Amino acid sequence: MPKDHGIGASTKRREDVRFLTGTGNYTDDINVYGQAYVHFLRSDVAHGTINGIDTAAAEAMPGVLHIFTGKDFEAVGGIPCGWQVTDRFGQPMKEPKHPVLAHGKVRHVGDPICAVVAETLEQARDAAEAIELDIDELPAVVNMAKALEDGATLVHDDLGDNLCYDWGFVEENKEAVDEAIKNAAHVTTLELVNNRVVPNPMEPRVAIGDFNAASGDSTLYTTSQNPHVIRLLMGAFVLGIPEHKLRVVAPDVGGGFGSKIYHYAEEALCTFAAKALKRPVKWTSTRSEAFMSDAHGRDHVTTIELALDADHKFTAVRTSTLANMGAYLSTFAPSVPTWLHGTLMAGNYTTPLVYCNVRAVFTNTVPVDAYRGAGRPEATYQLERVIDKAARELGVDPIEIRRKNFVTEFPYQTPVAVEYDSGDFHRLMDKLEAAADFGGFAARRAESEKKGMLRGLGINCFIEACGIAPSNLVGQLGARAGLYESATVRVNATGGLVVMTGSHSHGQGHETVFPQVISEMTGLEEHMVEIEHGDTANTPMGMGTYGSRSIAVGGSAMVRATEKIINKMKKIAAHLMEAAEGDIELKDGSFSVAGTDKSVAWGDVCLAAYVPHNYPLEDIEPGLEETAFYDPANFTYPAGAYACEVEVDPETGKVRIDRFTTADDFGNVMNPMIVDGQVHGGLAQGIGQALLENSTYDPETGQLLSASYMDYAMPRADDVPFFKVDHTNGTPCTHNPLGVKGCGEAGAIGSTPTVVNAVVDAVQSGGHKHVTHIDMPLTPGRVWAAMNG
Amino acid sequence: MTEVTMTVNGKSVSRPVRGNELLVEFLREQLRLTGTHVGCDTSQCGACCVHVNGELVKACTMFAAEADGAEVATIEGMANADGSLNVIQQAFQDHHGLQCGFCTPGMVMAAAALLKDNPTPTEAEIRHYLQGNICRCTGYHNIIKAIMAASGQDAGKIAAE
Repeated sequence: MPKDHGIGASTKRREDVRFLTGTGNYTDDINVYGQAYVHFLRSDVAHGTINGIDTAAAEAMPGVLHIFTGKDFEAVGGIPCGWQVTDRFGQPMKEPKHPVLAHGKVRHVGDPICAVVAETLEQARDAAEAIELDIDELPAVVNMAKALEDGATLVHDDLGDNLCYDWGFVEENKEAVDEAIKNAAHVTTLELVNNRVVPNPMEPRVAIGDFNAASGDSTLYTTSQNPHVIRLLMGAFVLGIPEHKLRVVAPDVGGGFGSKIYHYAEEALCTFAAKALKRPVKWTSTRSEAFMSDAHGRDHVTTIELALDADHKFTAVRTSTLANMGAYLSTFAPSVPTWLHGTLMAGNYTTPLVYCNVRAVFTNTVPVDAYRGAGRPEATYQLERVIDKAARELGVDPIEIRRKNFVTEFPYQTPVAVEYDSGDFHRLMDKLEAAADFGGFAARRAESEKKGMLRGLGINCFIEACGIAPSNLVGQLGARAGLYESATVRVNATGGLVVMTGSHSHGQGHETVFPQVISEMTGLEEHMVEIEHGDTANTPMGMGTYGSRSIAVGGSAMVRATEKIINKMKKIAAHLMEAAEGDIELKDGSFSVAGTDKSVAWGDVCLAAYVPHNYPLEDIEPGLEETAFYDPANFTYPAGAYACEVEVDPETGKVRIDRFTTADDFGNVMNPMIVDGQVHGGLAQGIGQALLENSTYDPETGQLLSASYMDYAMPRADDVPFFKVDHTNGTPCTHNPLGVKGCGEAGAIGSTPTVVNAVVDAVQSGGHKHVTHIDMPLTPGRVWAAMNG
Repeated sequence: MTEVTMTVNGKSVSRPVRGNELLVEFLREQLRLTGTHVGCDTSQCGACCVHVNGELVKACTMFAAEADGAEVATIEGMANADGSLNVIQQAFQDHHGLQCGFCTPGMVMAAAALLKDNPTPTEAEIRHYLQGNICRCTGYHNIIKAIMAASGQDAGKIAAE
């Protein structure tokens, strides 16, 4: 029987009721009394020198309160970067200034130049059209390789070139890797593009700044995955507002996928403007603005070489990558192609030697930062594609070559710094082989061929590093933050329990899952537990939700705080029952003395803590409220094996996904229903990247050609099949209290190579043996051209 | 400004509107019915779906003035009379057909319109019908299951999980 409550139960989500009845509270649903509206005038050229901005006519327009320009922000800081990468030569990365509003130059289409604040949004928009901009357009740098050529136009004149950093990892292994590749029995080489995509949460970003003149406090309502991080970055580094005078609220947030981690200029502008104008100021992004101002994802160009010995064991991996940073460094951008990417290049395999070279490049494009998976999808894509190509070149089974190289003993110290604590890759592959019915593939292919279609089967394995991360470790790697998580657990006098967590839910279901854990620990019914998140005023300093970290890090903090509460309640119960503290047991919501029939109810202990008439006041304080900060000992390492079957129409090149099967190891699973949903969503995003999505710039002008849903192909309901997902073969994480690994990104990490492997298999089955790779997205045009090229 | 009168979720409302005021702006800002969402500016995403005179309409594609005299239904009016979730809403909760919730009102309104015309749609019919509603969280799997379940079909069996 499946459990009906507590850990492992598919408890239905309590947050659904408000979302299904239209009573959610998203940021754009908030109106602050007296608010004015801001409209950003953005650059319509990719690169240019600002000679002058004439706002006189605009300022005279009806309803206009003020027009801000870059000059207004000379006295404040720029948008900060939260991660400093050190290059191969021991030098810090180049870190350009990132002004709130463009100053001197515009550097990408969408770069904000002016912020028009008016009584109504319409008035603000109308006034923006009356601003006279004198901008000399400069040549745009779009292509990364060209950006690194001598004499290339500079995105930032003061930096001297467009190279942010030249990173090598593991630098000490470079010569050994070169030697291993030189001496290999076989080397497979693959050049590929990990296409630029846009995260596209369905809720566009919104910011509302408010200033209380009486107290001098500022409040920012914003669509964020991590309100405390925004408070710290914006308060300390941009506007100079101390944290005790700044509150950041991120209420219901309509998806994030990474794009709502970062501190954006619009948040700083609204907060600044509210104080300057003594009026609340609201900005709601349009979708078109989102395309040109939300951080984009991926955009790597890589050459990967895989060396094998005569027995098909992997002996070395060498990669060379250009990673697009865009025009400015977004909050965590430098970490993505480096520490979130190079550390996964061993994959599921015992490859002893790895060397990754990554050159990060500035271009006249929207900044690129972490998008669902962040670095790990890029690592998995290149590694699993090159393994598939090697299997074809050597004429061996793609599953067997992977199995031959699997890591089988844990803990396993990789050559790329990280140590995998647990896993069982063979078991995942066994599960996949059965669930995906590989035995029936030949018959299905024959059926497809009868219809004139080409059927392909692609498989893929992956491992990722989640639950970011031990603070001391990431500090050594350049993070300018700790990556713990926090929780305060408060038990009220009447017995209900509230968890105030630094994690933030924007679709993950924390309000349902966290109470399941508490229920398991305490015996309280889940409805007695409430989760508060998303408001710096009533939650402890926390780092927020990204990198599949909520249950692994935030959940661990909650467990630790709850353990403190339970220990205190045991002391109180021991006093009430005149028993030894060590003899007290908590079971099914009451405290009993081991080996006796004496017990005291949960509620009686709560009441005693707040009405301490009969209470050990000399030993413990009244009240029941405890806080824990949990700093993880290691990353967690979810892993999986995925299979995809596609049909390719040889006449048109159109790809249809027919089946998608997964076998994941997420460690222990708290709510299987929610975990299934997380995998489904990740798969659709990966399939979207593989088949449909592409953020496209004109290579000459730097114009963004895909700035709306008319031009950017989002996956729709008829682009994906039903998915067959499994996560019953988990190996618990060995270093966190719940044994959890995280499930938010797996689908997005594991799916792109699976799809491309399947399409290459299908195309080759049609006799197109020369097609060993097609770059994503595998649009009909690209697939047709590959077959007929 | 022109005065418009319409019935919204069974209640008659009259308000002055700007000539270029979209129905979705009217619902969200004038009536504070904020369950109808705006996810794009090209009428692609479907987060603003409502019913106008029983037909599924993207509320960003029509002016408020055009709805003068119309019967409008929004997500806020979909629950049963006693406040409990209706059969479609309940199916979405039972089958985890939503995550962040932003596209959800539009999905529910679209599902209701589909089932009115086609009480037992096939998987393919549902997927085709939902082309105008984008969800970024669920991969559509559980949305399709929920709509099948709401139509009395064995969703788990059809989904071949």
